[in-house]
Amino acid sequence: MSKAENITELDDVVIRFSGDSGDGMQLTGTLFADTSALAGNGISTFPDFPAEIRAPQGTISGVSGYQAHIGDHKVNTPGDHCDVLVAMNPAALRANACWLKRGATVIIDADQFNEKSVARAGFATDDPIAELGLAEYNIVAPGITTMTRAALESVNLDLKTITKCKNMFALGICCFLFNRPLDHIEAFIDRKFGRKSAELATANKQALNGGYNYAHNTHAFANTYNIKPASLEPGIYRNISGNQATAWGLIAASEKSGRPLFCGSYPITPATAILEELAKRKDLGVKTLQAEDEIAGICTAIGAAFAGNFAVTSTSGPGLSLKSEALGLAVMTELPLVVVNVQRGGPSTGLPTKTEQSDLMQALWGRNGECPLVVIATSSPSDCFHYAFWAGKIAMEHMTPVILLSDGFTANGSEPWRIPSMKDYPAIKPPIVRHAPEGGFLPYKRDEKRLARSWALPGTKGVEHRIGGLEKDFLKGCISYDPANHQKMVDIRAAKVTRVADFIPRQEVIGPRSGDLLVVGWGGTRGHLYSAVKELQKEGRSVSLCHFNFLSPLPRGVREIFGRFKRIVVCELNMGQMANYLRMSLPEFRYEQYNKVAGQPFTVTELAGEFNRLLNEKSHE
Amino acid sequence: MNNHNYAYTPADFKSDQEVKWCPGCGNHAILNSVLKAFPEVAAELKYTHERFTIVSGIGCSSRFPYYAKTFGFHGIHGRATAIATGVKVANPKLTVWQVTGDGDALAIGGNHLIHAVRRNIDINILLFNNEIYGLTKGQYSPTSKLGKVTKTSPFGTVEHPFNPGELVLGARGTFFARSVDMELELSKACMVAAAKHDGTSVVEILQNCVIFNDKTFGDFALNRETREEHTIVLRHGEKMVFGKNRDKGLVQIGMKLMVARIGEGGVTIDDILTHNAHEPNPGVHMMLVNMSYPNYPVALGVIRDVPDKTYDDNVRDQVEEVRKQAPIASVDELLRSGDTWEVK
Repeated sequence: MSKAENITELDDVVIRFSGDSGDGMQLTGTLFADTSALAGNGISTFPDFPAEIRAPQGTISGVSGYQAHIGDHKVNTPGDHCDVLVAMNPAALRANACWLKRGATVIIDADQFNEKSVARAGFATDDPIAELGLAEYNIVAPGITTMTRAALESVNLDLKTITKCKNMFALGICCFLFNRPLDHIEAFIDRKFGRKSAELATANKQALNGGYNYAHNTHAFANTYNIKPASLEPGIYRNISGNQATAWGLIAASEKSGRPLFCGSYPITPATAILEELAKRKDLGVKTLQAEDEIAGICTAIGAAFAGNFAVTSTSGPGLSLKSEALGLAVMTELPLVVVNVQRGGPSTGLPTKTEQSDLMQALWGRNGECPLVVIATSSPSDCFHYAFWAGKIAMEHMTPVILLSDGFTANGSEPWRIPSMKDYPAIKPPIVRHAPEGGFLPYKRDEKRLARSWALPGTKGVEHRIGGLEKDFLKGCISYDPANHQKMVDIRAAKVTRVADFIPRQEVIGPRSGDLLVVGWGGTRGHLYSAVKELQKEGRSVSLCHFNFLSPLPRGVREIFGRFKRIVVCELNMGQMANYLRMSLPEFRYEQYNKVAGQPFTVTELAGEFNRLLNEKSHE
Repeated sequence: MNNHNYAYTPADFKSDQEVKWCPGCGNHAILNSVLKAFPEVAAELKYTHERFTIVSGIGCSSRFPYYAKTFGFHGIHGRATAIATGVKVANPKLTVWQVTGDGDALAIGGNHLIHAVRRNIDINILLFNNEIYGLTKGQYSPTSKLGKVTKTSPFGTVEHPFNPGELVLGARGTFFARSVDMELELSKACMVAAAKHDGTSVVEILQNCVIFNDKTFGDFALNRETREEHTIVLRHGEKMVFGKNRDKGLVQIGMKLMVARIGEGGVTIDDILTHNAHEPNPGVHMMLVNMSYPNYPVALGVIRDVPDKTYDDNVRDQVEEVRKQAPIASVDELLRSGDTWEVK
């Protein structure tokens, strides 16, 4: 295939694929992103889809989108607004017009812009382009449906199946526009459809090539674009999503500790892919149990932890609510357990497929009694691996449940990841009792450094013991109603969690260690906060970022960092949960807030605007 | 303790904790049955002492783990079945015993119970059924009879009860046995049979709550004079006969069981049904578990014991099978599997 003649080099580009939830937009976007990742670009992706599997066709509520940000450098966010929008129908155009950069390229399927579909999408007039004020945008309107059918005329499949291949036609157009090779996508199509039906694989490949050739032959675009490979740290790379990285990080912790991995879990959006990924890994000895409900998920995991496995349960907000009582049991029995909570829009069922950070308070405090545990947050798709590993390490070495907070944005997003070597990861040494100690085994005796009790596994001779949810005797672990003992146990359970701060990295600050404004964030907002802060730093503004992954206990060094800035603004996708947590933890500082609860990530634009406003306000003082 | 010939005594399984059930509570007798059963289980199945693990939920019965010297886990209300499932899947070598009550297993924990039974996970569930909530001091339970007057049903309950056996069979149970707290030998025999059964074994033990539901099973289970007339102890391969004089038996007429008197109306021993606990078709077993006083003798003993593949075996076999074929043997290999590229 020949290339277009006018190739413009771009630093980065944001492309958004959108269509009906049955149009295959998630797959289209993923393939485009993977191809770009394989080409060595920096990428960051953001799937944005409704909870309904097939919402009414052609309506706004059924629009599914997938945004990919591709750069010749490491990119930290999926991008606020897009340079190119692919809209497979009028509803997709109407739902996504607000995400267009001024003058962006819009590729629409002209066949779908008939009177009926335009009305169904809720347009008041029969001219969607004018109505949305896109007249001056670069509108490319091929008849994708018609051309897909024409391209597949010779294929022996029914019309419905053939028409479904139009997403590959659209992808072909985009591949031409951005000079992407088709070989990876073709290989994927062969893997996905080839075994089922050679005809189907052929159809998809023909549609892909059809789209590419159409764009090439018709000169639909004055220019095509190229994004050079990013200059990344040398090494072997792969593309990875947050949920996949979380699952793999847990498996890594299992391997390092020598404890078999058990995951008891109940499917829930957007956490399900963790259970699915773990279920694939029987080759690494992973045991998964799809439980009858969320409570059984965590309770089977607690049973497995008692029996000596590295036990895990994965869930999202409503599921964490259901697991609260059992989490208390894990705190009381002091067993290692990792609960992965992939946060979504709440309260209640809320917005299952949208992102939010509103489970922080629930993770920190959402249990009866004085019930402290360790809370860690992931902050990018690839670092889910790292923090899942940490969660396992802390759980097993400190004999405590750990809640790992991810979120829908991080979990479904993907980025290139420089593959680490397991030899560079630290050992995990759980305090397992191998033999009965002289003088008898005391289940609640603790090591002095970590205050962790030991892990005596059923099947080990001479260490038979009984534990449970009733308050324990300080050493023997048998039931105790003694008032002084209860106080002592409450104190030591809290001290054990606080002590974890001695074993995690000190808090870091990105940028100058003092200044006018300190931006504070946690978890999945890191990419956006980092990009906004970097942008302002380049403009010479006095702003730094303090981003948290370890939340309970807070790492050492936070007070010193906070003390060197004139203003602190805590930015979160909730109404101020981290800000309030900091107010009670470090009350000597004044915390301003920037909050958003819209089911969407921050945009770099809005953050930069807010930080500038705060910085300018200061200069007026 | 000698672990090599698996010879233990009840004392080896008795804990040093003070037993705090009410005087006269049926649980004392059940504890004794368990303490007698465990050495027999160890000897017959060649289990060492440290393989015994007891898991419980909440309720009077669920204090049980503290009173046995084994690994023990006292869980939260209703969740013992899920916890026990996790223990067994994590370490299939353990012999996992769950102690639960009618509230714990059939009300708050009903969902977990039916799913454990459906999966056929190899745990042994001892269900102490006293048809009342004891630890919360006398409210009706899911097995309390319709009309039962309790603190939360001062005018009598308006709910139909569960029959635990019917529920277990309905959930595709492979093992169900029933005993009475005071029948130590029968309880022990049921427990040993439960241990031998591969899969979820449910042993319902009719247990007298001396404080809140005294003698609820009195008419057929406690009265020494009449209990042989009102109960039938089933044994695999033996005729279904009962009565002090062994003169009554069960016959099947159409889709129903009937009590017949041997020697009357031309009924001979040959007309009496023979108990087949291993029959996969649950039809007769269902009729047996549903027999109720006073129209029928209450069925005791091992009613259903059908071998089938267990969940924990399936988990293990699948892991082994996949491992044999899979090229990925370590996390390093996993991370490098699929599409990767090199940056130089």
